[in-house]
Amino acid sequence: MREFPRCPTAGLFQYYAALKIKPDPHPVSADNVVEIDRLSFGYNSGRQVLADINMRIPRGKVVAIMGQSGCGKTTLLRMMGGALRPSSGDVRVFGESLVHKKQDEIYRLRRRMSMLFQFGALFTDMSTFENVAFPMREHTRLDESMIRDLVLMKLHAVGLRGASHLMPSELSGGMARRVALARAIALDPELVMYDEPFAGLDPISLSVIGQLIRALNDALGATSIIVTHDVQESLKIVDYIYFVADGRIIAQGTADEVRSSQVPYVHQFVWGETDGPVPFQYPAPDYASHLGAGSKP
Amino acid sequence: MNPLAQLLRSIGARTIDGIWRLGFATRFLIATLSHTPAAFRRLHLTIREVYFSGVLSLTIIVVSGLFVGMVLGLQGYDTLVRFGATEALGVLVALSLVRELGPVVAALLFASRAGSAITAEIGLMKATEQLDAMDMMAIDPVARVVAPRFWGGVLSMPLLAAMFSATGILGGYLVGVVLIGVDSGQFWSQMQNSVNFRDDIVNGIIKSAVFGVAITWIAVFEGYEAPPTAEGVSRATTRTVVTSALVILALDFILTAFMFRGIG
Repeated sequence: MREFPRCPTAGLFQYYAALKIKPDPHPVSADNVVEIDRLSFGYNSGRQVLADINMRIPRGKVVAIMGQSGCGKTTLLRMMGGALRPSSGDVRVFGESLVHKKQDEIYRLRRRMSMLFQFGALFTDMSTFENVAFPMREHTRLDESMIRDLVLMKLHAVGLRGASHLMPSELSGGMARRVALARAIALDPELVMYDEPFAGLDPISLSVIGQLIRALNDALGATSIIVTHDVQESLKIVDYIYFVADGRIIAQGTADEVRSSQVPYVHQFVWGETDGPVPFQYPAPDYASHLGAGSKP
Repeated sequence: MNPLAQLLRSIGARTIDGIWRLGFATRFLIATLSHTPAAFRRLHLTIREVYFSGVLSLTIIVVSGLFVGMVLGLQGYDTLVRFGATEALGVLVALSLVRELGPVVAALLFASRAGSAITAEIGLMKATEQLDAMDMMAIDPVARVVAPRFWGGVLSMPLLAAMFSATGILGGYLVGVVLIGVDSGQFWSQMQNSVNFRDDIVNGIIKSAVFGVAITWIAVFEGYEAPPTAEGVSRATTRTVVTSALVILALDFILTAFMFRGIG
């Protein structure tokens, strides 16, 4: 459960095993696009969201972060994008620590990454074409004919070249997510972050988005991080999975390791069991006494 | 806890919260102003906002101005006729509109129509993660979204106030001259002699420009700080209209004291 079989540093583990030295499960490497060390995060109210998070996201891989709603996955993703700063610990992206970076330095790094938001976050006053062209117009000085060709290529990659004239309000949920994906890869980012890319999609759209994430990642030579709780779809496409519960990483491994995991939380999560470490009932007083006469709600 | 202590505590908490919010709004205004060059470099964005805030507000401004002017004509005539001074009707209508009613009523209408729209638009962009998406693309939403809307509103407001005053004077003319029969020559010549460009018209423009800054500042701030929920956006929109109305009236008193009476 603790090695990266398909990661460039995988050989190190065999090497350490041969030497009978216990390897560092989180080796620092130039091949890691994201490295997180002992990260903790809490809000001013005192609520602790993330605690002692250690992570490595190897270059070229598709890595999923899974866990229940509200467990801190999206917060973790926003840390990697530099939108939130950790209370303690370190987040390094492309080898640079984000902790003390100024806004313009964060923006410089963000030009190498992109994010797909849960419901696409398309600009509602722009057409599909304009949405995909937006990052190109803002960050490049390409002429209009070049932008047009690039936008059509990106839209073709997600199967929506024919929908370039439609407004976001005219797109279905799955189409909007695909347009957002085309916009996310508009500038060929090295790191693409997906925040719940499968939420609210029908089975066909869900499968299409899943396959596109994998195919585009491999075609662009990018690295992808998917925050999701859609187990079955993500296990088909990811290389490695981190499980987060109550703000901590409680398990990690490849798709096969996760499927066969006997960790109670992972087992319940993967197989969708209604009861287990995550109880069906929200904590409440004794049922009989709660129903009794005179008790308050 | 003692009810009096509880009351004092509540007042104290609200005061501190208000001061904190004002400080935050001021920092936001400074950030917006620092992106002014960006707003004018991408002039098409600012012109688009002038269209949305200004041109699309023209109907309500022109119709309201016309009716306010017509009411002024009726009320003014009714008062002036008692003193045999109906020839001063043009002056009364013009000064009332240019000095006070034009900037103030146009600002109140502008806050209701354009201010609320700006807040709702920015608030919904925030609720649907469009601002976050822009930020993740390394594009500052304050520069791309807020600054053009701010300057669009600031530029529109004096123009709308001028339109309001102009159509108001036309309304006063229709009622006073066309309907009641006041002499047309006296109506215009008295107005021309008594309305001073520097003291009346320029001060009216200054007032409306100040109102424009206040309204659009409140509108963009409330939208940007709205909780990203339907209820949050709804409350922010209401707050924009209410706060703007109160600020307009308070600023009007302060500006009038300085411009027309001096202070002390």
